Amino acid sequence: MSLVEILRVLYDSYLRYQPADPNWPDRDRLILSKGHGCLALYALLADKGFLKEGEMLTFCKQDSRLGGHPERGKIPGVEATTGALGHGLPMGVGMALAGKIRHQKHRVVVIVGDGEINEGSIWEAAMSAAKHKLANLAVLVDYNKVQSYGSTREVLDLEPLADKWRSFGFEVEEVDGHDVEALEQLTRRLPLNSGKPTAVICHTIKGKGFPFAEGKSEWHHKSGLKPEEIAAMYEYLI
Amino acid sequence: MRKTSLDCVYELAKRDGRVIFIGSDLGPGVLDPMKREMPDRFFMEGVSEQHVIGMAAGLAMEGFIPYVNTIATFLTRRCYEQVALDLCLQDLPVRLIANGGGAVYAPLGPTHLAVEDFAIMRALPNMTVVAPCDADEMRRFMAKTVDWPHPIYIRLAKGGDGIVSQERYGFEIGKAIMLREPGAGLFVTTGVMAQLALRAAEQLSKEGLACGVLHVHTVKPLDHAALHVWLPKVHGVVTVEEHTRIGGLGSAVLECCNDEMPEQAFKVRRIGIPDRFADQYGNQNSLLGHWGITVDSLCSTMRKQLRED
Repeated sequence: MSLVEILRVLYDSYLRYQPADPNWPDRDRLILSKGHGCLALYALLADKGFLKEGEMLTFCKQDSRLGGHPERGKIPGVEATTGALGHGLPMGVGMALAGKIRHQKHRVVVIVGDGEINEGSIWEAAMSAAKHKLANLAVLVDYNKVQSYGSTREVLDLEPLADKWRSFGFEVEEVDGHDVEALEQLTRRLPLNSGKPTAVICHTIKGKGFPFAEGKSEWHHKSGLKPEEIAAMYEYLI
Repeated sequence: MRKTSLDCVYELAKRDGRVIFIGSDLGPGVLDPMKREMPDRFFMEGVSEQHVIGMAAGLAMEGFIPYVNTIATFLTRRCYEQVALDLCLQDLPVRLIANGGGAVYAPLGPTHLAVEDFAIMRALPNMTVVAPCDADEMRRFMAKTVDWPHPIYIRLAKGGDGIVSQERYGFEIGKAIMLREPGAGLFVTTGVMAQLALRAAEQLSKEGLACGVLHVHTVKPLDHAALHVWLPKVHGVVTVEEHTRIGGLGSAVLECCNDEMPEQAFKVRRIGIPDRFADQYGNQNSLLGHWGITVDSLCSTMRKQLRED
């Protein structure tokens, strides 16, 4: 839930794409590196016409295209297979580098989770993105401050997070990741620096919209929901 | 062999704008002409193998054909998940040129040896695994890599290895080459074990035992057809690999037998590296000797196998 507004703003007002031609060469590339957030991505892909009507209801069923992590080649609009953490940014660097080599205009956006950036591969890729001056690359950090075991501060503190990205060669801004207007304004200013990749730290709330789940690690990738929990979720959706 | 493979990357890059080179932190001067002439397709990315594989995947998704080069063990063990998910699951045409397969880095110790690379690369769907036997064969092979639609793991030997391949053999990925026609016995080899087996076959011929050498440069996909042709015709088969006896060429041959011709399996004996980390340094040959991978051991294993027949 923490990344719903981020994805909504990207698909509503930033990314260029053609659902009828998902491999359109000039499309912008979005990689959801925190692949476990795929339900939010599937909702946007369904809303924008990449998926068949009613396909969301097949989620994780045996012959569905929509698994618990998104797979390239199966799902139109999914640019890279993710799920194991720390893979999306290196692949995004490769895509952005390809665009730069060929002087293409499309942009690459990679959404990473806060727990995910514990992975060393993220920081290897960050150094490379800065080295290649990939202004066509934006990393959006879904900073909900909760990972599987507990708070990010408790598990592996990321602070000072903005300084970290800055010191790795990124132009950095922070934003309320649930403020649609602020997100729209910020994306309109991308790239923030024409000679650097961008990192946007999106301050978010895990489980946003469901007060009983907000900020609670036990709701991280929760499954086996009880009927009363499902009922409570519906209550807040209406 | 390494120089030849990198020279080939340069030649391929001159002909095909999709070819890109990515090194980690190689020695100074590597592929300088390519760096000079095609600076936008030459990258030295630093000691960051996980990132390098992901970056290569991203470039391949955009239509490039990346050739990635570093030390074999760092291209396999260090970034195995990236190889599995970024390259193999997404079936992308990235080429991994792996320096120092087997015991080449013997003096550097077990941290630098790649002796289980066939096993772990072979276990990944969509991966192709190739170990040419000499520089001439490497040249013929590299020409075939551009249009192969899957990831390829390329194991390099030490370099300066004796030339035993011939132009007339040609090269097809997945098609084994009979370097010496068999009589009663057949050595099945990969990489530079071909040279060792040819010497063993020569020695055995002086004893009146006619043995052939089938060079399986492509460990995966394995040339089942060749095994179907030749195994029934011989009395003894000895597989030889500079690799742990677990999961490499010998295992692949036995898997083929088990699945398709179990009656042939009893003929097969496997020579390879024992299931333990290297406990000595020295050089490639001395370490192979320590492990019992020698002309003499090939001969004695084959003799025993043919006697038992």
